[in-house]
Amino acid sequence: MILSVDGLEFHYKSLSVLKGVNFGVEEGEVLAIMGPNGVGKTTLLKCMNAIHRPSGGCVMVDAADICRMKPEAIARRVGYVAQKQETGRMTAFDAILMGRKPHIRWRISEHDLRIVDSAVKRLRLEELSLRHLDEMSGGEVQKVCIARALVQEPRVLLLDEPTSSLDLRNQVEILSLVRAVVRSHKVAAVVTMHDLNQALRFADKFLFLKGGCIHAATHRSGVTAEVIEEVYNVPVHIEHVAGRPVVVPLGATETESLEKYRHEHHLTQ
Amino acid sequence: MHFDDGVLPADYLRHVTRKKAIIAGTGTLAIAALLLAVSSGAVSIPLTDVWRALTGTAASKRWDAIIWSIRLPQALAAIVAGAGLSVAGVVMQSVLRNPLGSPFTLGISHAAAFGAALSVMVLGTGVMHSRGADAVVINNPYATTMAAFAASLLATAAIIAISRIRRTSPEIMILAGVALGALFTAGTMFLQYFADDVQLAAMVFWTFGDTARASWSELAIMGAVTVTGTAFFFFNRWNYNAVDAGDETASSLGVRVERVRMLGMLISSLITAVIVSFLGIIGFVGLVCPHMMRRMVGDDHRFLLPASMLCGGVLLLVSDTAARLMLAPHVLPVSVLTAFLGAPAFLYLIIRGYRK
Repeated sequence: MILSVDGLEFHYKSLSVLKGVNFGVEEGEVLAIMGPNGVGKTTLLKCMNAIHRPSGGCVMVDAADICRMKPEAIARRVGYVAQKQETGRMTAFDAILMGRKPHIRWRISEHDLRIVDSAVKRLRLEELSLRHLDEMSGGEVQKVCIARALVQEPRVLLLDEPTSSLDLRNQVEILSLVRAVVRSHKVAAVVTMHDLNQALRFADKFLFLKGGCIHAATHRSGVTAEVIEEVYNVPVHIEHVAGRPVVVPLGATETESLEKYRHEHHLTQ
Repeated sequence: MHFDDGVLPADYLRHVTRKKAIIAGTGTLAIAALLLAVSSGAVSIPLTDVWRALTGTAASKRWDAIIWSIRLPQALAAIVAGAGLSVAGVVMQSVLRNPLGSPFTLGISHAAAFGAALSVMVLGTGVMHSRGADAVVINNPYATTMAAFAASLLATAAIIAISRIRRTSPEIMILAGVALGALFTAGTMFLQYFADDVQLAAMVFWTFGDTARASWSELAIMGAVTVTGTAFFFFNRWNYNAVDAGDETASSLGVRVERVRMLGMLISSLITAVIVSFLGIIGFVGLVCPHMMRRMVGDDHRFLLPASMLCGGVLLLVSDTAARLMLAPHVLPVSVLTAFLGAPAFLYLIIRGYRK
């Protein structure tokens, strides 16, 4: 077990956001955190590298409690990719090199440069490495940020909505890459996601949050139409298309919702 | 993780060398500007004699005196002040995550002017005195300087205190700075309204930033503060890079964001306060130089800090020399020139920057 979260609680002022959250992630696994907007997915992610100090419980990485560690020590174990990225006049190579910060004492070594070079190749960013971030597309910047988290040489990768602003090709590319990296380097990844179909395709384990608690923690077989309906309050049906599970929201048909809208607003045809 | 297939990236190393060359070039420019500034003035001294005076083998006693007691301290004051204001601007822009962050836009300069005005009014440190070009002499410069320094520290403390209460969000700091600037300006206007004409002249005269005010002892204080502060900033160069990437990303890289922001603000305000208290208000250097160098070496503080430091020194020294020579025999305070050059240069940078 690389990562285990035990009785995690988080309060924002007097408001309880997360309570009694327990789960674990093994080497080579991708865990997807899912749930409605505002349920605390991002908060949970930020508790896992102490950007938010948990109000109770603990987060163990390789059996060591990160809440007792100094920030640099956490950064050597947990890499994080934020949902929104800031871009400036910084080359991609320099931006990735920043991921070595937790390891750098006074100056960068040749070892650091070699690691960054290797990460650049892994993410196929060679052509872009000397381009400035403010001249790159959203997908390219996202890749740079993932590369930055990788050169931290972390045991756990935290990704907050990594595909939310990307096109289809980049979504598939980035999630496949994350899964390949996690498997081949024997690390763990925790990813917040909105897209159920993508989660079903790329993650090994699923955590559904509802009302600040875990509603379900399961492998792929446990993601049923019932669970999804309970969490999102939308009836769904799970189909298999080309051998992959696809979640189809049922709800009202187009004609039914048009009728309902007209009725509610007293509109005539 | 295993990243053992990496090699030393040749193109990146070339890219770094290019940035270092820009910094070295700016450094060379600074030395050239220094020699030129010392050689030119009411009496023109040939460069060879400048060199001899600087190395202690001067041919003429008179030139030796002109160089060592007038021109060299003034030129060095311009370099130190330009460098200090410029690095302070770089750090404020980074920790406030706002391109408008600078010693001038955060109200610190206005606070210093208020302190000086208060000293002139209450302590009676301004006296009308005829002495060549200067119509007004501040008869107790140290009291005025101390008052200006105290007021600028007060402004810094207020900005930091306000942002402590409302957590350290960059917008809060900028807005607090703007509000404080307005408040101190109002205070100065109030004092000016009740001042007699001699006091009024002394107050206004003080606000003209002028490098000629520095003698060796003042230069030593300014230099020590600027060098120590810049060393501190350089030590934190990776922290500023990380903060530029966003607070959350910085935290995830092990940076204590609030501490970096607080100390960055404190040290940069301190550098500003010392320089402004000794020389008066010199605007725009701290705003324009960082942006000029951002265009040339990028936002990476490993290169931006030394480049901006040198650029600030060169720019203020060249402006100062030009201000001395332009309307000779009248000597224009350098702040007038920096404002004339700085404001349009800044507008140009903004327009060019936003077109992209």
